Amino acid sequence: MDVYLPIANLSVDGLVIVALGALTGVLSGLFGVGGGFLTTPLLIFYGIPPTVAAASASTQVTGASVSGVIAHSKRRGVDYRMGAVLIGGGVIGSGFGALLFNFFRAIGQIDVVINALYVVLLGSIGILMAKEALQTLRGAAGKQAPRRRHHPLVASLPFRWRFYASGLYISPLAPLLVGVVVGMLTMLMGVGGGFILVPAMLYILGMSANVVVGTSLFNILFVTIATTLMHSLTTRAVDIVLVALLLLGSVSGAQFGSQFAVKAKPEVLRLVLAGIVLLVAFNMFLRLFYRPDEIFTVSPL
Amino acid sequence: MIRAILLTIAAFVLMGQRDPVLVPEVSQHEVQVRQGFVGQELLLFGAILDPSGGPGEEYDIVVVLKGPSEPIRLREKERFAGVWINAESSDFRSVPSYFAVASSRPINEIVDDKTAAIYEFGTDYIQLSPSGSIEPAVERRFAAGLVDLKRRQGLYREDFGGVQINEGVLYQARIELPSNVTTGTYSAETFAVTRGRVIASAISEVEVRKVGFERVVENGANNWGLAYGLLAVMLSVGMGWGAGRLFARL
Repeated sequence: MDVYLPIANLSVDGLVIVALGALTGVLSGLFGVGGGFLTTPLLIFYGIPPTVAAASASTQVTGASVSGVIAHSKRRGVDYRMGAVLIGGGVIGSGFGALLFNFFRAIGQIDVVINALYVVLLGSIGILMAKEALQTLRGAAGKQAPRRRHHPLVASLPFRWRFYASGLYISPLAPLLVGVVVGMLTMLMGVGGGFILVPAMLYILGMSANVVVGTSLFNILFVTIATTLMHSLTTRAVDIVLVALLLLGSVSGAQFGSQFAVKAKPEVLRLVLAGIVLLVAFNMFLRLFYRPDEIFTVSPL
Repeated sequence: MIRAILLTIAAFVLMGQRDPVLVPEVSQHEVQVRQGFVGQELLLFGAILDPSGGPGEEYDIVVVLKGPSEPIRLREKERFAGVWINAESSDFRSVPSYFAVASSRPINEIVDDKTAAIYEFGTDYIQLSPSGSIEPAVERRFAAGLVDLKRRQGLYREDFGGVQINEGVLYQARIELPSNVTTGTYSAETFAVTRGRVIASAISEVEVRKVGFERVVENGANNWGLAYGLLAVMLSVGMGWGAGRLFARL
């Protein structure tokens, strides 16, 4: 089925795009991540211009996270106060991200920076997740789960707030900084940032586990909305037809994913996600060192 | 069409001109890019009129279809400490977004290199107007890289032998526009060549433009950024929420 994308300026097979959306949708339903880290590289691989791919993927993540946020808020799995602080940081961060994006584009190294970011972030997070999942799987039955605690640096920050839903009494500066970092990455990499946010909430902020996924999705929802608007006003690269096709696949995929997630073991799920994340990171790593398909790249003046 | 040919013939007879005249035509002067657009084949055809009235000397025909030009910066990746990063760059002030050339015989049998370069008979001869002062050798490497890139995107084409000439009078060539073409005004130039010399040329235009929904979308994205962005957000929130409701009921 040929579909013409008016902003990307080319014709694609609509079914391939829907299938790609479904794949990331299943992932987001299963693991509570947006799936942008997979959509953007796959779209670029398929031949969509990188800017259009990143901008449209962030819009698609908005749609994929909506139903998750609704589901989690119904069972009180969203810490709105924490979410608001994170979003505040995210907006500041996406501003910084836009500046960095323009700087690296001006010196012509944006694609190398994006590749390197993917390798470092996905690689380290994938390894951490795989290690943790394997440890749990190997029957930590006798061992007691380690007591949840926030990072010592977080405790040293001034003026504390109470985050009831997260069970925390910490300075809002800590989540604000986390939000800034995630916002920057969203703008630079075209990802929602869930795969960074969730570990940061668990291991740096020490939030209680039952609000982590919901609050992360809540943050992703608003940060991707902000990113979409930012792209619409600056790069003008959001392709609404591409977004609609991706959403068609991802919103239905997300439902199947979340139904399956209830039945599966969480450790196995995390191990699978770690595997996928590592695979993407490894592929990006190879691309840094192997001779690229295209030696020359064109950018408009 | 026929009347035009007759008029031209009449003009010849009256003026007693010696050079032949080309009467070119394109199968369509407007290519509409709309939903489902997968590219378009253009038929460039026409007649060569000899002053004698009938078929005269043996002619060769070369047609060049060119899309709107744009200034670009081309970057070259190089290995630096094992990692491939962008190193040198070069600017080109007029890079045609699309370029296709077709001829009745291989170009090197029709004209010499110099003439081919003047009339841009071939992707190696496109006048890219490099700016900045780089060495000629480096400049050639960059130009070759750019042409190769565009060729693999299907935007630069050469079809030597793609022009058919019937009875030394009528010619026709088919040129394919892929779906990733840029919109704008395309120029279709036709050249009649004999004994290594271009003796007649004529130009006609083809307008490639988005129509209907595609036009509305592009216009919205470029001129109404905020509204377009809000619409995209609403679409995506609406679809996410709708799917949740739908599946909850199943």
